[in-house]
Amino acid sequence: MTALGIAAAVKSGERTALDVLDEHLARISQRDAEIGAFNLVLADEARTAAREVDAAVSRGDAVGPLAGVPVALKDNLCTRGVPTTCSSRMLEGWRPPYDATVVKRLRSAGAVIVGKTNLDEFAMGSSTENSAFGPTRNPHDTDRVPGGSSGGSAAAVAAGFAPLALGSDTGGSVRQPAALCGVVGLKPTYGAVSRYGLVAFASSLDQIGPMASNVADAAACFEAISGHDPLDSTSIDGARDPVVAGLGQGVDGLRVGLVAELCAGSARLQEADGLDGVSAVEGVAADVIARVDAAAAALEAAGAAVTVVSVPSAVLGLSAYYLIAPAEASSNLARYDGVRYGLRVDAANAAEMNVSSRTAGFGAEVKRRIMLGTYALSAGYYDAFYAKALRVRTLMLRECAAAYAGVDVLLGPTAPTTAFELGAKTADPLLMYLNDVCTIPSNLTGHPAVSVPFGCGDDGLPVGVQLMGPALSEPVLLRAAAVLEKAAPPDGGAP
Amino acid sequence: MSGRITRDEAAHVARLARLRFSDEELDELAAQLSAVLDHAADVEALDVTDIAPTSHPHPLVNVTRADEVRPSLDRDEVLAQAPSVDDGQFRVPPILGEAP
Amino acid sequence: MSPAVPGREPAVPEDWELVVGLEVHVELSTATKLFCGCANRFGDEPNTNVCPVCLGLPGSLPVANAAAVDFAMRLGRALGCEVRGAVFARKNYFYPDMPKDYQISQYDQPTNTDGRLELPDGHTVGIERAHIEEDTGKTTHIGGGGRIHDADYALVDYNRAGVPLVEIVSRPDIRTAEQARAYVRELRAILLAIGVSDARMEEGSMRVDANVSVRPAGADELRTRCEIKNLSSLRALGRAIVYEAQRHVDLWCGGERPRQETRHWDEANGRTTPGRSKEDADDYRYFQDPDLVPLAPAAETVAAIDAALPPLPAARRADLAADGGGAVSAEDAALLVERGQDGLVRAAMAAGADPGVAATRVANDLAVDDWSPVTPEGLAALVAMETSGRLTATQSKQVLAEMAEGGGFPDAIAERRGFQAMARDDLAAVVDQVISENAEAWSRFCGGDEVERKKLAGFLTGQVMRATRGQADGAAVNRLLGERAGS
Ligand SMILES: [Mg+2]
Ligand SMILES: [Zn+2]
Repeated sequence: MTALGIAAAVKSGERTALDVLDEHLARISQRDAEIGAFNLVLADEARTAAREVDAAVSRGDAVGPLAGVPVALKDNLCTRGVPTTCSSRMLEGWRPPYDATVVKRLRSAGAVIVGKTNLDEFAMGSSTENSAFGPTRNPHDTDRVPGGSSGGSAAAVAAGFAPLALGSDTGGSVRQPAALCGVVGLKPTYGAVSRYGLVAFASSLDQIGPMASNVADAAACFEAISGHDPLDSTSIDGARDPVVAGLGQGVDGLRVGLVAELCAGSARLQEADGLDGVSAVEGVAADVIARVDAAAAALEAAGAAVTVVSVPSAVLGLSAYYLIAPAEASSNLARYDGVRYGLRVDAANAAEMNVSSRTAGFGAEVKRRIMLGTYALSAGYYDAFYAKALRVRTLMLRECAAAYAGVDVLLGPTAPTTAFELGAKTADPLLMYLNDVCTIPSNLTGHPAVSVPFGCGDDGLPVGVQLMGPALSEPVLLRAAAVLEKAAPPDGGAP
Repeated sequence: MSGRITRDEAAHVARLARLRFSDEELDELAAQLSAVLDHAADVEALDVTDIAPTSHPHPLVNVTRADEVRPSLDRDEVLAQAPSVDDGQFRVPPILGEAP
Repeated sequence: MSPAVPGREPAVPEDWELVVGLEVHVELSTATKLFCGCANRFGDEPNTNVCPVCLGLPGSLPVANAAAVDFAMRLGRALGCEVRGAVFARKNYFYPDMPKDYQISQYDQPTNTDGRLELPDGHTVGIERAHIEEDTGKTTHIGGGGRIHDADYALVDYNRAGVPLVEIVSRPDIRTAEQARAYVRELRAILLAIGVSDARMEEGSMRVDANVSVRPAGADELRTRCEIKNLSSLRALGRAIVYEAQRHVDLWCGGERPRQETRHWDEANGRTTPGRSKEDADDYRYFQDPDLVPLAPAAETVAAIDAALPPLPAARRADLAADGGGAVSAEDAALLVERGQDGLVRAAMAAGADPGVAATRVANDLAVDDWSPVTPEGLAALVAMETSGRLTATQSKQVLAEMAEGGGFPDAIAERRGFQAMARDDLAAVVDQVISENAEAWSRFCGGDEVERKKLAGFLTGQVMRATRGQADGAAVNRLLGERAGS
């Protein structure tokens, strides 16, 4: 049952929120031992919340658009009094004294928080293998990763543990696991959703986004969590166009640009003019490109005009990202020093205590990125690396602005491949980083992007295609995503 | 591996970041960071001097709040999360250096 | 090295020049902290004014306090700075009193740049920048006899963490210890005049660090400087600068050079002691704080700040001097403006008070926190009573003190205290009685030489004072004795 279906049934009294919840809790207890989507299942708290929704319905009180909908939260979203670990030993057992803004908004929309999902430690990774509490497995094939870092949330939706989940996306951490798990994942416009209460990885890139089994649910969740928040200085103020209401409007006349740099090997590139010398990002698999071409064809069939466009700086995105994100992270993660909360390993003096606590509390990938970011910001290297990476962002924004003068949305793959096997990329950090090559540009520009399942790869595993648009274009993106959803080949149902 | 970063440099960065590594770990890190920086050579080589840096994707300015007192947290709730407390305060081992 | 003489500052040797720049941190008197809604209040129970933001809890985000930004710009304009678009940056270093292990400050784009501060003596000190930043928490070292290095452990209170500061960095334009003190006094007067800080050095809401170096007189090079911290009074500031300068002179003369380092002022022993070495290249990894957006004050905003600035101390001193027609001393004018009493004195002058007497009386005898009960009319009446001889200087001080405590108009106070009895005729009667009771002394007074006369005048005046229980005006007694002696 979809999230909107549940909300309608709960509001009409056809079903109770408690019933719906128990059904999902039963699925979790059946299968989460195998999948490992959750760090924590909040059965008791969720039942209390579900009963409150039911009581409100029976009193005839107004209930929100997500009344009775179970929602899973990535475990880097603060929940008052409820452990929030970021899948790190560093924060094991930490109970924040406050709720994230998105958590408050979900609650007031009537949603029922069902648990906290696993992630790559502090959201740093693309496979959810960097969790201090063990990996999450892909519900489509448990030998494979669910993607990351929001792998727990993606797996929870794919396995039917919750119809909706929230993830966070710094370089693709909502979209890439959504693609690998065959669900819809939206990375909203930077500033569309408040970051207050999202444990920061890279502040200028982080954005919270919904994950759902279908486009309409993702749209409804986005509407519930977005909007201006005075607690976040980078939150965008002002009125927004409704998203859910326009979902059925189709794409007739929509101008779609296939991004040449992300689609090496596409038949459309060979046919297009003026693309000689375009260099493309590395490693996007042919079966993924085939699905992107199929998506382009589906959009055309629905009345859109598809052309090929070039965004040359897209190939620089990965390098720029792996300078900017670790730099911000190195500063954001300084606060884990053993003084006020989280892990402390005692030592003879405060500085040694900091060192011992951080050395024991952080996993290898987090340490690697702190090192990289500290280096990139340090004296003598700032101008060569960090400052240049910020200029690449400007370049990319300019090129995107030019592209959006000619097209309404951009199209490309979400992830270079389908889900890979656990352990396949853990030995080589750079190989793992390449997973984000198609998703990173939207984080650097702050633009919205959505991954929508569009059939399977040669291995029978889900492939996601990515639609990208200019700032605050979520209504258009999701409208196009809805068209693709309808056109997608049947995948044989839930895993 | 290009060896852009030496073990000593890695050790210096580790000190700045308050992390401890064995020599073997430092060597491995130096190699891994060098590989990422090699990949970033395209950015490093770019002539972007006439392009302004973008720290923020959206050009917001002057976001402020009114100077009005809001409730603070309950001290017991705050201190309950601390590894060590004493007398309503956070307790830490002796601090040797001074603040800059 | 020359020993420190208590109460006196030895000067730097004549063939050397002192070069001092000051860094002053000022806590802004906003209602809330710089980036959160916690109360900005001194003296509360530890860790009661804290929230996720000022504790740096994971997930929390800063939002700039509009009043703090406004105060900082106001200060910038009062210091003649250019107020510009600014960005907040992170200064990264670990310290337990800093919740996020970075300080949000301003780095390459501060709010205020290129200002100046004119001292009362006319010397101008350049202001390099005045930037906004957050304060740290407070650490208490426990055990080990209070010495940091021997402490058993430390306790941290974050009530002060996140309190808004402006750091005012002067150019190295200060040449004497007295100028350094005058700079701090003048800055404090400006802060009080524009109402952005209570600027109390003793309570730490105004903290002064001095960058000290020396150079041969006439040179214009800048030699190695040391930054002296822990200067908690003007006296300490002056003494520390002179001590440190002499230390540098001694080192240079001995063929050595000072190390660039932070030093601490040891008030008890009157010397500076070495602190952290600056040689291990501080690497703060500054970068723009991605959680905050730039400040871009509109030209109209700056113009409105300018329009709303009250008259500043320099202008007020000039006004006071002009109103006083040359009768108000520069010292009195500086003090009155510093204490905010210039308005009272000028109003009293306008009500007819003698400018010199009014200024001196208030400067010398109204050094109280609250002098609001003293009205210009009351002060003018008091000064008139004093200049007409109805009150002695001593009596006038006592009446003024009582006026400040809410005692009312001066004539009523004087009457209550019986001071009016000492009008000229009454005093003459007492003088005549003393002359008749001390005939021998009187004849020696009348016939004596200047030395003898002076000695006996003292004796006779003493007798008059005793008879009037100190209510007589010494000058008036002297005049009467002279008249009676026919000289
Ligand atoms: Mg400072
Ligand atoms: Zn606070």
